[in-house]
Amino acid sequence: MPEDVSAMSAELAGNPDSLVFLQLGEKLRLAGQLDAAARVATAGVERHPVLAEARDLYARILADVGRLRDAQALWTEALVLDPRNLGARKGLGYLSFRAGDWDAALDHLESALAVDPSDRSIVGALSSIRTAFAELEIQAARLEAAVFSGLEGAEAKMLLADDRGLVLGGRIADRHGQDRSQQVSAHLAGIAQEAERACRILNLGSWQWIAGEATEGNIHVTQPTERSLLLLVRDSSIPSGRMVWIAERAAAAARKWLEEQAR
Amino acid sequence: MTAKFQDLLDRVTRVRDVSGAFIVSAEDGLVVADSFMEGVRGNAVAALAASLFTRFRDASGASGAGVPKFLHLQADHGALVAMPGADDVIVVAVADAGVNVGLLRLEMQRVVEAGT
Repeated sequence: MPEDVSAMSAELAGNPDSLVFLQLGEKLRLAGQLDAAARVATAGVERHPVLAEARDLYARILADVGRLRDAQALWTEALVLDPRNLGARKGLGYLSFRAGDWDAALDHLESALAVDPSDRSIVGALSSIRTAFAELEIQAARLEAAVFSGLEGAEAKMLLADDRGLVLGGRIADRHGQDRSQQVSAHLAGIAQEAERACRILNLGSWQWIAGEATEGNIHVTQPTERSLLLLVRDSSIPSGRMVWIAERAAAAARKWLEEQAR
Repeated sequence: MTAKFQDLLDRVTRVRDVSGAFIVSAEDGLVVADSFMEGVRGNAVAALAASLFTRFRDASGASGAGVPKFLHLQADHGALVAMPGADDVIVVAVADAGVNVGLLRLEMQRVVEAGT
């Protein structure tokens, strides 16, 4: 790594306008050389005042040294320059979470996920926040099991989530019995958004359900209400037609439960 | 893409109520091969299907259901169906709501088995 830093430093010295400062600053930051990283970043911000990535780099360094307000200001500026800047979204999400503003954290991370749906660190962060939410909502958790009470698979194969991917009720467990509800619900909202987008752009009308067959089981996703999503998982022996039927019953139970909760 | 795949996609499109069939790169949603009727927005179908399939694959993995082999989005006025092939491509079809999904699936399976 020192050779990399030397080479990048030499390149930057030869060409002060080079964007290599972004890599150099990040390498120094990760190596814990925060003063040197800050010097590189501030010079980069001065030379490239409209480059959002430069402000993102400097903000990360400031966050590392505990200057959270300054980091927040820089990330906010970065978003003004580039509303799709991933680093700034993630950074502001992190700061919001630290400050206890979980709604804002979710907003930033969901925006980040919209920019890069393949970024697993965002999915992981969203999952962590939602887990924290779930732990606090003890009363809601107590009600969860009641949603699909009496239906086949209610204990581990049905999940009701809201349109932001928060678990409302039910539970999904993998074949080892491990609870996967939070992870699944984080993805569920994304699926619904993609389905809605596809139907809108292709003029298919409203989406009704999504059925999938996978190597270890079958999946069915539907919308009991405008703002809720229902997921069923069954083993591969359950035919897709029966999945539709089970889903209709579960959706009816979910609608009834949601109406009761709204009273 | 060889004429063999074109023939197979044409067969998919000949299934009643099917308006388009595509081989799509899952990674970037770009069309590798296609066969569709006038009025179908081929590039949009490819990109949207790839994006939906990728999201669904993540959820399926998270739920413990494994890797998707078949995906069917049913809407009021149409359906989008996708099956993964080799080399990270997806075979995609867009159809009217009343399409015979079983028949469509058989024809799409031929494309997959032909080595996409």
